[in-house]
Amino acid sequence: MDLFLIGLIAATLRVATPLIFGTLGELFCERSGVLNLGIEGIMFLGAFSSFAVASQTGSLWLGLLAGIIVGIIAGWLMSLLTVKLGVNQHVSGLGFTLFWTGFSLYGFRLIFSEPKVPPKIAPFLQASPFGDMPVLGPIFEQYLLTYVAFLLVPVVWWLVNRTRFGLKIRAVGENPEAADAAGLNVYRIRTQGLMIGGALMSVGGAFLSLAQLGAFTYGIIAGRGWVCIALIIFANWKAVGVLWGALIFGGVAALQLRLQTLGFDLPYELFLALPYLVTIIALTIAGRNASVPAALLKAYKRE
Amino acid sequence: MPKYRIERAPAPIWMRTFIPIAAIVVTFFLTSILVIWAKANPLEAYYQFLISPLSNKVSAIEVLVKSTPLLLTGAAVAFAFSCGYWNIGAEGQLYAGAIMGAWLGIVLKEVSPFLGIPLMLAGGFLAGMLWALPPAVLKVKLNVDEVVTTLLLNSVILFLVSYFLNGPWRDPVSMWPQSPEIAHGTVFFKLIPRSRLHFGFIVAVVVILIEWFVLARTAFGLRMRAVGLGKEAARFAGVNVNRTMLSAALISGGIAGLAGVGEIAGIHFHLIEAISDGLGYTGIIIATLGALNPLGVGLAALFIGLIDTGAQSVSRALGVPIYLGNVVQATLLLVTLAMFILQNYRIRRV
Amino acid sequence: MYAVQMSGIVKRFGEVLANDHIDFNLFQGEIHALLGENGAGKTTLMRILYGLYLSDEGEITVNGKFSKILSPKDAIQIGIGMVTQHFTLVPTLSVAENLALGEESSFILNPVVIQKNVAEASQSFGIQVKPRALVRYLSVGEQQRVEILKALYHNARVLILDEPTAVLVPQEVEALFEALERFRKDGLSVIFISHKLNEVMTVCDRITVLRDGRVVGTVEKTATTQTELACMMVGRENFGVSRREEHAQGEVMLQVENLGARDKKGLLALKQISFSVRAGEIFGIAGVSGNGQTELSQVLAGTLKPSGGKYWVGGKDMTRADPAQLSCAGVGRIAEDRHASLVGELTVAENMALEYLDEFVNNGILDRTRIRKNADKLILEYQIKASADDCIRTLSGGNMQKVILARTLSRQPSVVIASQPTRGLDVGATDYVRGKLLEQRDRGAAVLLLSEDLDEIMALADRIAVIYEGQIMGIIPANEATKEQLGLMMSGTASVTHGRGGSAERDHL
Repeated sequence: MDLFLIGLIAATLRVATPLIFGTLGELFCERSGVLNLGIEGIMFLGAFSSFAVASQTGSLWLGLLAGIIVGIIAGWLMSLLTVKLGVNQHVSGLGFTLFWTGFSLYGFRLIFSEPKVPPKIAPFLQASPFGDMPVLGPIFEQYLLTYVAFLLVPVVWWLVNRTRFGLKIRAVGENPEAADAAGLNVYRIRTQGLMIGGALMSVGGAFLSLAQLGAFTYGIIAGRGWVCIALIIFANWKAVGVLWGALIFGGVAALQLRLQTLGFDLPYELFLALPYLVTIIALTIAGRNASVPAALLKAYKRE
Repeated sequence: MPKYRIERAPAPIWMRTFIPIAAIVVTFFLTSILVIWAKANPLEAYYQFLISPLSNKVSAIEVLVKSTPLLLTGAAVAFAFSCGYWNIGAEGQLYAGAIMGAWLGIVLKEVSPFLGIPLMLAGGFLAGMLWALPPAVLKVKLNVDEVVTTLLLNSVILFLVSYFLNGPWRDPVSMWPQSPEIAHGTVFFKLIPRSRLHFGFIVAVVVILIEWFVLARTAFGLRMRAVGLGKEAARFAGVNVNRTMLSAALISGGIAGLAGVGEIAGIHFHLIEAISDGLGYTGIIIATLGALNPLGVGLAALFIGLIDTGAQSVSRALGVPIYLGNVVQATLLLVTLAMFILQNYRIRRV
Repeated sequence: MYAVQMSGIVKRFGEVLANDHIDFNLFQGEIHALLGENGAGKTTLMRILYGLYLSDEGEITVNGKFSKILSPKDAIQIGIGMVTQHFTLVPTLSVAENLALGEESSFILNPVVIQKNVAEASQSFGIQVKPRALVRYLSVGEQQRVEILKALYHNARVLILDEPTAVLVPQEVEALFEALERFRKDGLSVIFISHKLNEVMTVCDRITVLRDGRVVGTVEKTATTQTELACMMVGRENFGVSRREEHAQGEVMLQVENLGARDKKGLLALKQISFSVRAGEIFGIAGVSGNGQTELSQVLAGTLKPSGGKYWVGGKDMTRADPAQLSCAGVGRIAEDRHASLVGELTVAENMALEYLDEFVNNGILDRTRIRKNADKLILEYQIKASADDCIRTLSGGNMQKVILARTLSRQPSVVIASQPTRGLDVGATDYVRGKLLEQRDRGAAVLLLSEDLDEIMALADRIAVIYEGQIMGIIPANEATKEQLGLMMSGTASVTHGRGGSAERDHL
């Protein structure tokens, strides 16, 4: 049982990683007032582009960098439509998801043709600062990106609450008229929020292809982007809530894999579905949120 | 050097017909970059997309076949959106209908088509409604965001499908993850012999027409639109917003369920995991392109069906990955959205 | 020496010419009033000066230098600050954070440091604020102080105040005027937008009157009178509405007892209110906005569930009623916010039919001829400048209000609840609405009038109550009421323990 728990915790941290990246990315978008339903597509794009660059250049780091750049561009493109033009955010977000998904599959097919065996790369390695210690060793045997993800949580908190940049984002997401009257450039700040968000989401996808799998598959994201959309609500739009949400979801998902090995006689699909159902229940309990950024979903137009 | 300024002005009426055409042109322009990347000729590609499917009887029929589920998912999404209910779960509701269709196809072994087909339709509608029920109730009673809940349930039902196909419904002989072939009495008959065009197409067209009538000419439709266009004002005027939204959400789910049962009973005849390749999400594209008007949705669905059929030709003829079709559709949506807004601006010399 | 000079300003919104070649000058160290009716173009002109709008033509000179003001940022940089009617504060941020918003000093934000800065500024400008408080919990008067401090904090030498006294009680108005005198002594220039003649005559040096987008004239205060200004504003003899002095008092049609309600933040906005309205009278409730009128009108309109208490319409308990039931019971509701009672994208005809849809329906299918006929009839009767198929959002504010009146009053309601019915309307529309309300009273309806416009209440009501912080401070017959007394009640410093008409009795200080 001891081993079980250790394995569970280690797996939880790993599974939570892309969720933390994705949800923190969504946090920047939504705190500034934009719902980004393109997250599923951007994570997919991040997974593809980083994998493609990594396999073509042989460098995982270049792949990661490519993922970041691509995510920034994706965020910027989204800002053109939602911030500059003010189109409906639900529909345009889904449109972008469909676009980036199609684009990635198209690109993958062009670059790799239709191989019998899916192309693989040597992925990032896991390492533990605790080396061979009995309990902490295996728990903290994680990818570098996992450490980055968890460290990002306090960093994002600090950025949002203790810097002028964060103040601007918060203002623009709560009351863009006030921000405008105070001399802030609402469009620019929202665009920045989307670009940062896009970069983070893309890294979340890149984690899956460069680290966890070492490959790119059709189902690599499998709805994790949508989970992030749910998690940001559950987190009450705060960085620390993102941490808890990701850990809870990750924990349930990791649990599912392990319960199977314990010989529970329930269909494994039930366990796969469990985290999603738990998220819905958690959303329901989290209930009426007074912390929704007041300007979320409202495009800002100045005469 | 003259300066230009952009200013707002209401769009003239002729713009509305101009936009779809302009959007298509701009889309093809933008996506030609991808075609060139594949070392193919864009003009040839678009010929394959738009013209060649209509150039012979077989592929023209295929366009109608491909449009059948799209007419329904587009109608489903448009119906919900008209009421301000963001049903992103058409994909899942479609699967629910498909599961029901597969199950009925197993259970109704010796039934005659006169009973079987109506039962399939009713079952598919009911199943879609049931899958749409939890998010709708949560939204209406507890104000839980329906975008998120419907999205999450899309993922959940895929697991359910996987369970059925890898478990109780798995073909014991071949071990393929697919359900048993549905009973003869539950199959949708063909509209044109030896083609793939089936009864579902008629159902789809009828649904579109009924939906148009309901939205434009009935009290319920007016109430729905009032809620969608001004929830507070509708409530003030005495409309029961909760009940209206709930009804809209459930009917929307039911229509998506019809799409699912149609794919089972008309095309595949058993349940497989890939029965829908994003048909529910494409429905959102179609609803938007059609500006939530059922007749516009009908045209948009046919157009997307054309592109879907064309994508296969493009792929075969030019070696371009078939996903070009997906990219074109998504681009078309984004360009159209942008144009809906841009139509309200003019460039003026200052 | 001119602090600000605006010449030849033109601004169009679609077809409407909001500013028509306006010239406006501001001396340094003067308090200059910009006077005009709603829609005269005062706010538009100032928003151009502050960079929120771009003028189509014209030039602006600040302190002798030609200035291109393309955004509020530019305006703030050249020393122009604006305090609008809608506060531009971010509710979820603290006062200090709001003030820090326009600055560009450091990347890192230390809450202690910015709070200290704000406290210092508060001292030196003599304006009391609480740096750590979250704006959403401040009173309206406090928020306005924050707004003013914000402008001064960013080194404004020209201060634009847009209808600042609309949200203040008489005592706070005095405090504001004192502050303005102090600013003038410090060499600041103030532009004071208003439509209240008496205030303008009290505090301003010069007055520019706008009408229909044009400057009618600029005069020295000492060289003019309120009457002359009124004529300039309105362009014709001010016609008010005539009232009957005596009228029969019917039975009680609307009875409210210990009604309580919570506002959007969950705070108790309405506390144990009781009053009654009889057939054939107009019962006016006066009060500064934000004292519970909104919640009261929402409860009586059926869109907000009360937290306690009851109310009866014609003897029937309607406490838990929804809007549809209230309509059926003969309650005509005119809400505060036109946009929350009309669906902008639907047509005039559809909006008119929406509240009573069942009467326009055959087996669930809309009877479009009947809907159309009904709309045409009401358009004619209520002189609405629109056709039945126009989208509501293309109508002017006045015409929208007429649609609401038409829809509501044509039903011959026994109770009329009118909330801020003339807010944002021009003179003609205002007179029309007031005339209609009097008509309803004469017809025998029980009319409840909630208005922030004290003049309106005094002109129309038979009995006047004052609401302050969710409670009735007193009910007085109209012919006994004075503005001073009402003003005191509106600021919570007095109450009347009259027993007339079943009012709540609260001694309060």
